[in-house]
Amino acid sequence: MLIQDNLILLLPMLVPLAGAILCIFCWRAVLSQKVVALLTQLCLLASTAWLFQQVVERGILTIQIGGWPAPYGITVIADLFSCLMLTASALVGLAVVLYSFYDLDKARIRFGYYPVVLIMQMGIGGTLLTGDLFNLYVWFEILLICAFVLITIGGTKQQLEGALKYVTINLIASGLLLVGIGTVYGVAGSLNMAEIAVQARNLPHTQSLFVVASMFFIVSVGIKAAAFPLFFWLPASYHTPPIAISAIIAGLLTKVGVYVLIRLFTLIFQVEPGITNSILLCMAGFSMVIGVLGAAIQTDYRKVLSFSIVSQIGYMLMGLAIFTPLAIAGSIFFIIQNMLVKANLFLVGGAVAQERGTFSFRYLGGVYKHRPLLAGIFFVSALSLAGIPPFSGFWGKLMLARAGFESGFYTIAGIAVGASIITIIYLTRIWNQVFLKDKPADAAIALLPTQPFRGILQLPMLLLLGFILAMGVYAEPFVDFTLQAADGLLNSENYINAVLHKPQAERITP
Amino acid sequence: MDLIFAIGVGLLFAASLYMILHRHLFKLIVGLMVFGLASNLYVFAIGRLTREQSAIIPADADVAVEPFADPVPQALILTAIVIGFGLQAFAIVLVKRLYQVAGTDNIDELNNTDKIDSTEN
Repeated sequence: MLIQDNLILLLPMLVPLAGAILCIFCWRAVLSQKVVALLTQLCLLASTAWLFQQVVERGILTIQIGGWPAPYGITVIADLFSCLMLTASALVGLAVVLYSFYDLDKARIRFGYYPVVLIMQMGIGGTLLTGDLFNLYVWFEILLICAFVLITIGGTKQQLEGALKYVTINLIASGLLLVGIGTVYGVAGSLNMAEIAVQARNLPHTQSLFVVASMFFIVSVGIKAAAFPLFFWLPASYHTPPIAISAIIAGLLTKVGVYVLIRLFTLIFQVEPGITNSILLCMAGFSMVIGVLGAAIQTDYRKVLSFSIVSQIGYMLMGLAIFTPLAIAGSIFFIIQNMLVKANLFLVGGAVAQERGTFSFRYLGGVYKHRPLLAGIFFVSALSLAGIPPFSGFWGKLMLARAGFESGFYTIAGIAVGASIITIIYLTRIWNQVFLKDKPADAAIALLPTQPFRGILQLPMLLLLGFILAMGVYAEPFVDFTLQAADGLLNSENYINAVLHKPQAERITP
Repeated sequence: MDLIFAIGVGLLFAASLYMILHRHLFKLIVGLMVFGLASNLYVFAIGRLTREQSAIIPADADVAVEPFADPVPQALILTAIVIGFGLQAFAIVLVKRLYQVAGTDNIDELNNTDKIDSTEN
């Protein structure tokens, strides 16, 4: 009988599931749920770090569920790219759960905030680790329905309105994703991603059909990632729920969409790069420009950040579209740092609003004077987002811009630099309006319930800030990891061999 | 048969998009349901429409007798139907709740979250 080690591959899914089940058992007990959620987040972070260390040591890890050999059974696979994403998402999860202890109202916790967040993280883990196209769809649906619940939890009018847009467009995207998967199955006769990749390389006469299938994936995953033509649902919905929900959704979900695009378009859909990459390039350029312009005119802290997500998705897609090792490494670096920075900026806004009861620039001001530490956290995170050296965003943008200029993509690289400048403009605007200007006289109008400021809210932000600073000041190991991850993505033979051809005996403990 | 099936699926997609773009909340739900059904039927059709028999292996044979229908798309559709059922149930409750809270079934009036100065939350 085959006994598979590598069971640690399943931990990023099993740990949150176990935590969620425990949380459901103490449904009414808010304190116990908090303890369980915190312990689960710590275990999840530890298990992803362990998996990361194993992958660095031993290369790509795979496990065949139930022992069925690869093209027939279901494969779970971890390479460096998925491990980087997993670790970053576990960090964001830990920070947001810590933050929610002191910010989220009891009513929402009693409606199941923690179990839903944990199941969403299970879905993220599954999406990042699966090697099977249909399982990718199922995991995506799991995290999506959790996001639906999180956005609507509490049921205010704004939330329901935002959720209607979110749910409608995402149901359409899911339908299109299913159609795309069906098309790929019809062409390749398999759902195993490595097997499909082999088929895509070996069957020249099916190439046009693979291009058709890839269009379904560009549209459907592009919707979920909020890339250019179909991003309008994001700024319409992400600002409606409380910050403890916005932060985790904004930090993680769209990036998982970008992960799926990068994974599929490096592994499977490289049959006609001229067509697919130029479409991705257009999406990237327009996302950057429309995103920053949208962010520049908004007057609500969360809406500025929501639009800025769209522009950053553009940078991530730009690396994929340029398709050189440096560009993809730049994308990966940018995704990782953006997850941390974006979540942190949302958390800062939440701490401001907890005291002032509003996110509107009109009623905010003077935060720098009263809460210098909070303002400092915002300042550093914002500089990282804008890409000012020596902070983390700079390295990501530098890699992307350099890759663009080196491979002759002058237009997109120019757009990226220009969009960066507008990014600085809208972040300066937040800095002036929220932190620097005097508190306006009518600032007493609180639109949300307010609480006295709690210094401990800054703890999760400092945690994230530590990693953001480390990625900026001590960037070399991170850049090395992303370069290795990009190398692994572009040389997909290793991935395919790890799933299909590597003899089973090698991976069995004696 | 294949052609009729393909045209039917295409018509379903078209009808569902028309319904989704309609400004009435109820039609939106119907449109989303039909869209899910159409994508399921698409996956069914892509597994080839084979009429003969199911892929059950007889007791005295090692493989199923050709021609048999591909069971994988059917399994996929089963899963997709279950997921779609869950999502549709959620969407129906969401729309009902939104109708109660917002007091309108006209989607054109539900544009408050898109306005630049919507600070009422």
